[in-house]
Amino acid sequence: MSAEFLYTIEVILNGLMAGVLYSLVALGFVLIFKASGIFNYAQGVMALFAALTLVGLQEGRVPFAHLINAVFGTKVHHFDWTLPAIAAIIFTILVMVLFAILVEKLILKHLVNQEPIILFMATIGLAYFMEGFGDLMWGSDVKTLNVGIPQGGSLWFEDFTIGWAAEGEKFYGMYVDLLDVWAAIIAVSLVLFLTIFSQYTKSGRALRAVADDHQAALSVGISLRVIWVLVWSISGFVALVAGMMWGAKSGVQFSLSLIALKALPVLMLGGFTSIPGAIIGGLIIGAGEKLFEFFMAPIIGGATENWFAYVLALLFLVFRPQGLFGEKIIERV
Amino acid sequence: MNQNSDKMMDIKNIVLRFGGVVAIQNISFDIFKGEIRAIIGPNGAGKSSMLNVINGFYHPQEGEVWFRGQKRKSMKPYQIAHQGIARTFQNIALFKGMTALDNIMTGRFTHMKKSIFSQMIWEGGASKEEYENREVVEKVIDFLEIQHIRKTPVGALPYGLQKRVELGRALAAEPELLLLDEPMAGMNVEEKEDMSRYILDVNNEFGTTVALIEHDMGVVMDISDRVVVMDYGKKIGDGTPDEVRNNQSVIDAYLGVSEH
Repeated sequence: MSAEFLYTIEVILNGLMAGVLYSLVALGFVLIFKASGIFNYAQGVMALFAALTLVGLQEGRVPFAHLINAVFGTKVHHFDWTLPAIAAIIFTILVMVLFAILVEKLILKHLVNQEPIILFMATIGLAYFMEGFGDLMWGSDVKTLNVGIPQGGSLWFEDFTIGWAAEGEKFYGMYVDLLDVWAAIIAVSLVLFLTIFSQYTKSGRALRAVADDHQAALSVGISLRVIWVLVWSISGFVALVAGMMWGAKSGVQFSLSLIALKALPVLMLGGFTSIPGAIIGGLIIGAGEKLFEFFMAPIIGGATENWFAYVLALLFLVFRPQGLFGEKIIERV
Repeated sequence: MNQNSDKMMDIKNIVLRFGGVVAIQNISFDIFKGEIRAIIGPNGAGKSSMLNVINGFYHPQEGEVWFRGQKRKSMKPYQIAHQGIARTFQNIALFKGMTALDNIMTGRFTHMKKSIFSQMIWEGGASKEEYENREVVEKVIDFLEIQHIRKTPVGALPYGLQKRVELGRALAAEPELLLLDEPMAGMNVEEKEDMSRYILDVNNEFGTTVALIEHDMGVVMDISDRVVVMDYGKKIGDGTPDEVRNNQSVIDAYLGVSEH
């Protein structure tokens, strides 16, 4: 095989890997949108907040250290313990469940039956509050996150692929980041788990029931508030996974909340209501923007990754407004 | 019949207002254990509002609802479902994206108690519970003769079958009191006969108490034990089908009478 061709394969491969990370964020959006029709603008900030909490707990940072120091004139910053990664993850999950309960109690409960735009505005407010709150709680410095996921290029894969090039070609094997591979494995397991959970359990059916018809769901004994806490907890968990992966890749920093915007074209493409759509959409966007950059950047100048995803999504919108896997909207008139 | 001990539900002096509009004006009636009780009346008489009061969608401004000999506190609809009251809707309210089987499975919600963690790992009794409830659902499916559409998404089913699936979802809850809001609306004669038979069978075989709203007078008079007649939010008649048929104010309300 020619080196050109192999490079293209490598670009697609890495694009798909990057796409998995987009998918993880998009997944959180889809879960909440399906169950309650709310476009949760705060999903990205939830990922940031989860990652901040994870690092904070793991390193034994004192929450609200700046505030405490300012008020009491102390100089606290770390406790004298650190937590193993798995314990920190479990505690962070508990924090995200608590967050879900608070969101329901303080916001959603009071906005029942309001227009979707009102709920959307509420989540914008929530997003900026959470960003400030995260800053206050854990500080704004960039933190490194290490939960023990292997990182760096896979030497095995490099050796494995190096023989693929034809004799005499300049090719040194393909580069694949182990972290990306793990992210892909985790994302696939997560989707499988969520699909099975929603198909074959009582709570899963209740989730789908609430998504379809509130009145009917109530009439069979389903409490909407319990379901909302459940669905926000699950998307809090998905946010944690996304935050963990992005944090391990590029450090836990506040620009992390902007990755939420990368999930938008993914959602437009995959459909707002489809879990598989979020995954496939992420993969198409990831591979598409890397390929476009690879082939077109030399011609039209670089930085195409900033806008290409949106153009791709717009094209899809024109031809399939419901997205690739979204439910087709048929309204009888 | 000792009426007090056999009362499943006693509705006392219900007044329901929406802003300035009075939907129900001081209505009282009771439902005996094991009977089929019909609520009839012209459009806009407040029949559906009455059903919504019973199942908790509406909270009346005045009056009391007694259920199984106890005065009921103000409750959310899902809490009332847990008390053993199931219902169907006038405009079918099924979970459109789900199969007929899954829709009927949701009817078992109040009978499934295993924790969310148990469900997540499909252990600790959750799988056993799932199978046991599945068996009940299969019986309901057999009873309603809808085996052939078990795996069909309900949105794709014809109207008559959707109505039947919705009845199945309510039956799966094994309710003490079954509320049916126009179970035969929009059906042809044959479908109406089938539905009547199911309602009578449910009542006979399982002893389920049924309260239903229906427009088809023939059907109502055939299957119900007692009938409440409403008009403009007021009760204008109450009794056996024969009594109601001969009640002058009922005849006036249905045939129209000049008030001048």
